[in-house]
Amino acid sequence: MSRVWEFLTATRGNGRLDWTDWITYGYLALGVFLMFFPVIWLLLSSFKTEADLQRFPPTFLPYQQETLMVDGYEEPLPLFLMTEGEFEGRVLAQVRRVGLQAQMVDPANPEERLRVTIDQREPVEQVSLAWENYAGLFERFNFLQFFWNSTFITVTATLLMLLVNSMAAFALSKYEFRGRTVVLLLVIGTLMIPQTVVLVPLFLIVTELGMFNSLWGVIIPGAATPTGVFLLRQYMITIPDEILDAARMDKASEWKIFWRIIVPLSAPAIAVLAILAIMWRWNDFLWPLIVLTQTENFTLQLALNSFQGELQTDWSSLLAMTVLTLLPIAMVFMFLQKYIATGIASTGGK
Amino acid sequence: MLRIISPIMRLIEIPMVALQRMLGIHRLAWVFLLPNLVLFALFAFLPVILNIAYAMTGGDNVLLSDRPYVGGRNFSTLADCANHFDPNSCRDDKFWRAVWNTLWFVTLQVGFMVGFSLLTALVLNREIKARGFFRSVFFFPVLLSPVVVALIWKWILQREGVLNAFLDWTGLGGFNWLIDAEWAFAWTVFLTVWAHMGFYTLILLAGLQAIPRDVYEAALMDRASPWRTFRRITLPLLSPTMLVVLVLALIRSVQTFDEVFAFTGGGPGTATTFIIQYIYEEGFAGAPRLFGLAAAASLMVAGVLVVLTLVQLWVNRRNVNG
Repeated sequence: MSRVWEFLTATRGNGRLDWTDWITYGYLALGVFLMFFPVIWLLLSSFKTEADLQRFPPTFLPYQQETLMVDGYEEPLPLFLMTEGEFEGRVLAQVRRVGLQAQMVDPANPEERLRVTIDQREPVEQVSLAWENYAGLFERFNFLQFFWNSTFITVTATLLMLLVNSMAAFALSKYEFRGRTVVLLLVIGTLMIPQTVVLVPLFLIVTELGMFNSLWGVIIPGAATPTGVFLLRQYMITIPDEILDAARMDKASEWKIFWRIIVPLSAPAIAVLAILAIMWRWNDFLWPLIVLTQTENFTLQLALNSFQGELQTDWSSLLAMTVLTLLPIAMVFMFLQKYIATGIASTGGK
Repeated sequence: MLRIISPIMRLIEIPMVALQRMLGIHRLAWVFLLPNLVLFALFAFLPVILNIAYAMTGGDNVLLSDRPYVGGRNFSTLADCANHFDPNSCRDDKFWRAVWNTLWFVTLQVGFMVGFSLLTALVLNREIKARGFFRSVFFFPVLLSPVVVALIWKWILQREGVLNAFLDWTGLGGFNWLIDAEWAFAWTVFLTVWAHMGFYTLILLAGLQAIPRDVYEAALMDRASPWRTFRRITLPLLSPTMLVVLVLALIRSVQTFDEVFAFTGGGPGTATTFIIQYIYEEGFAGAPRLFGLAAAASLMVAGVLVVLTLVQLWVNRRNVNG
């Protein structure tokens, strides 16, 4: 119990709450709110029906009107609480509404039809999640296809990047050869050529290679990243050369050394690069926008962006799609957050 | 997955061993380097050269062989202005609007972002518990894709969205944010700062934590005030990291496209159209597709980025030659 108390009152000075501590925790609280609330709001909104979404001011939780199966009627009837008139205080089910009049029945006494005006009643609501927003994505839109495209690109590009970059990093860290410095400089030079400034010629090259409008047109150009090579190289340098020499004396081939010694020993750095690569490829937007022009090849990001144009008034579907687009990355984050934070901090940059 | 990869790796070993026998261990390094170098050559170096070729040709054909040579005409078209500060007086007014928008954006966005990142890093560096949790909180939006970020905030900023509802409730009254050019611009600055500051906070926090504690203790013993400690000790010791963060932020900020395109589409009008969007629209979205202009503009952006990257490398020079 005293540890909990210690935690709650951890302060700067001698046990009293300093004004700087108030500011510190206030700032952190504000930060938590500002960072989390928008996403939570997105999540909650995605579970609201269209009708609920149109409500202004909006409610925090998703509400839907309660319904009840009443004897003698095939469909569930919406429930209202009577606020005025002769039936005030009672909960009635609505059969039909015509203009300003509504026909209601008491669920306990369904034969008798009661006439009221619509201003005498208000809906009975309960917290309810509109799962149909999500289900509708799979039925009305080609959602699974977009999800597959994104996943295929992300996984393949990440694996390719890991393999190619680790091979290059191995060469640059464990071998002495003529031209090593030149190659290093070339790799550094690539840092100055981000995709955004070579879009036009990249487009030509990808088209000439027959990869236009193909997922491979997104996968392959992204595979060689100077950052990946540096990150892995920095780590591989710390692997003692004696291990390699011992393996060579045991007549292991270089490839075997690479695959069975270097790669397993570089696992932490490879993990960080993998996480970064997954993030970059899943969230890729501009290049896929240029390369993938047919809808069936769209990634989730492209589909999401293109639908916000078409579904201006269908926010319920759009919000659900947004949540599903962010979910995979959020889950990767939750499971691997420790590696991300320490990895980025130690490498000091993207 | 290992079961699939292992036999593949063993298969690859066969040609690799043969190559090793042919080339010897030292030259085998080139074999390991080859895939990476091919990719770099094909998708980084070759494009730069081609970019120059594109910039000096005209027409809307993507095949270089079918493009007529026009020399510096694309560049002169872009630079043609009576008054460079007034896009309306320029031949390619959209280009100059994009340039000025980008300049304003980069200044404001990097300024705010580095400022808030520093502030947050300083707060996180204090003796607080659950620092890991709070660190993750600020880093969380970095993971979200640009389109998701854009949609989250677009939803909040709707005329009937939660922000306006809150403002109504406080009596300040709601506002149609996204239709107003200046507010749309302000919100793009806001949401890009929101989305990216966590990344820089982490770097700055690492820099702060590298400052040894005894320096602070010495300052405390000398009865230095917190502000004095900050100015005379923290800031100078942190300045290398600050420089890294600043350059990284600038490099990324100049290339802003994804979030803004999904958020406002460059609008209202061209109020939030930045330079990369200009390149995208001229080269890929318009009709005719003006590859020459797009390439010329790309080269100008590339020039800026090269300068920034050289600065970054110079700052990091000690780390590179490990």
